[in-house]
Amino acid sequence: MDKETKRAIILDHFQHPIGQGLFNDDSYKKVNINNESCIDEINMMVKLENGIIKDVRFAGEACAICTSSTSIMIKLLLNKTIDEAQEIMLNFENMINEKPYNKEILKEAQVYDELYKQPNRIKCALLPWECIKKVIK
Amino acid sequence: MNVRGDFPVLKKNIIYFDNGATTLKPQIVIDAMVDYYSNYGVNAHRGDYKISYEVSHMYEETRQKVKDFINARDEKEIIFTKNSTESINMIVFGYFKHHLKSGDEILLTKSEHSSNILPWFALCKEVGCKVKYIPLNKEYEVTIDNVKQCLTNKTKVISLAHITNVIGDIRPLKDIVALAHKHNILVVVDGAQSVGHIKVDVSELAMDFLVFSAHKMCGPMGVGALYGQFEYLNQLKPITFGGGMNSSFDIDGTVEYRSLPHRLEAGTPNVAAVIGFKKALEYLETIGMDNIHRHELELRAYALEKMGTLDNVIVYNKKASSGIIAFNLKDVFSQDTAFYLDQYNICIRAGAHCARILKEELKIKNTCRLSFYFYNTKEEIDQLITALKMSKNIFNKIL
Repeated sequence: MDKETKRAIILDHFQHPIGQGLFNDDSYKKVNINNESCIDEINMMVKLENGIIKDVRFAGEACAICTSSTSIMIKLLLNKTIDEAQEIMLNFENMINEKPYNKEILKEAQVYDELYKQPNRIKCALLPWECIKKVIK
Repeated sequence: MNVRGDFPVLKKNIIYFDNGATTLKPQIVIDAMVDYYSNYGVNAHRGDYKISYEVSHMYEETRQKVKDFINARDEKEIIFTKNSTESINMIVFGYFKHHLKSGDEILLTKSEHSSNILPWFALCKEVGCKVKYIPLNKEYEVTIDNVKQCLTNKTKVISLAHITNVIGDIRPLKDIVALAHKHNILVVVDGAQSVGHIKVDVSELAMDFLVFSAHKMCGPMGVGALYGQFEYLNQLKPITFGGGMNSSFDIDGTVEYRSLPHRLEAGTPNVAAVIGFKKALEYLETIGMDNIHRHELELRAYALEKMGTLDNVIVYNKKASSGIIAFNLKDVFSQDTAFYLDQYNICIRAGAHCARILKEELKIKNTCRLSFYFYNTKEEIDQLITALKMSKNIFNKIL
């Protein structure tokens, strides 16, 4: 994926994020995460049904990388089983940490495949993944 | 000011506008610490041999220097700590824990740094005293009238930053202290953002307690100071116990503590940093505190004028009289602005700046902060303005 394409995908998810906005619904599990090394904060609500991620919503104050990563993650994880989601997560973390990973499975999330070059942004991209982990572990 | 050559980090071609977090160190401070480690390296206060005696002497010389710098009456009123945070914790848990009772009131503001809020919260849980917030005016400043209206017969202490670290307003301390003392209220002053930037005279301001950190005033990290009027400091109980602070102890648990200042400096101190601190103070004196303040105000006025011409910049503290400017780019998350400016090697801080409840007043949680020091220049501000002007392409730059 070239730099322009990556930028366009990130910008689109940042400006029009999937799953933005929270509401009251007790069938969702709610979870909050703060980035301890910067100022990103995300509140998330996740609906699980029979081991499948049926819906994810979020709200937060976060940078472009963090917000776009949240949106891309939600797109990837919707309607996945917990096992499938964990597989995707593992591959995402491997990519961010410069380890071997399955490109196919990550789809658009590959836009962050060179993020390791900006170590101060790695936590921004990982934050939503760490957040949802709290619910589906 | 012709000082930039004194700071080796400035040769790295960065524009450093994060002096509120820490200031850069001049070569003479670095040299003083290297000299200690290269040519002395031994402990202070253990002097049965010549170089230890010399180190003890150098260590105590810094105390004398700090005393003179803030115009305290007695060097026994100066305690070396790790930093301002540790100093405040010592004041809260060494003094006020033993002087406040359930129902007593502590006056703070919502623009205080976490280090001047969290120790008080913790104390309230322990002894049942209460934190009350002095309301801020429209410019987020403390006025003497607002302090007055908060006073009750339960108010026992007012704890404030001299200069706040996000808004950058200078508190009217002389009036506040006078009012407080009239009501037998003590005043704790967080001088982290003031002592290296304006002349601070504890005698003139009649301060009870003042805390500050060396690293925010050209000194090394790892050393701070706690000033307390002798009468109060002498009642401050140690919260750290060990070597250097006792004169004798026995198997039955009896301990005799040393006199001030040593009683409050348990364990081996950061000797190199204390030695470097003295150089920093001497260096600031050669530049002159009034010159430093004037230069910061000039930079502030210059930056505000230029920022005022940009329609995408919101400034939150136009009135403050220090070198701090809090701003945001319209519709841009502060951290993205910081990442963007970093592409131009401009270092600024984004976030809540440890003043996490200031959002209640500002109605916004995160800001970008510029904090100037005497080595900053108008040319650097020009470069900032150029970058801000081009920030319409911010996401091309940072993504």
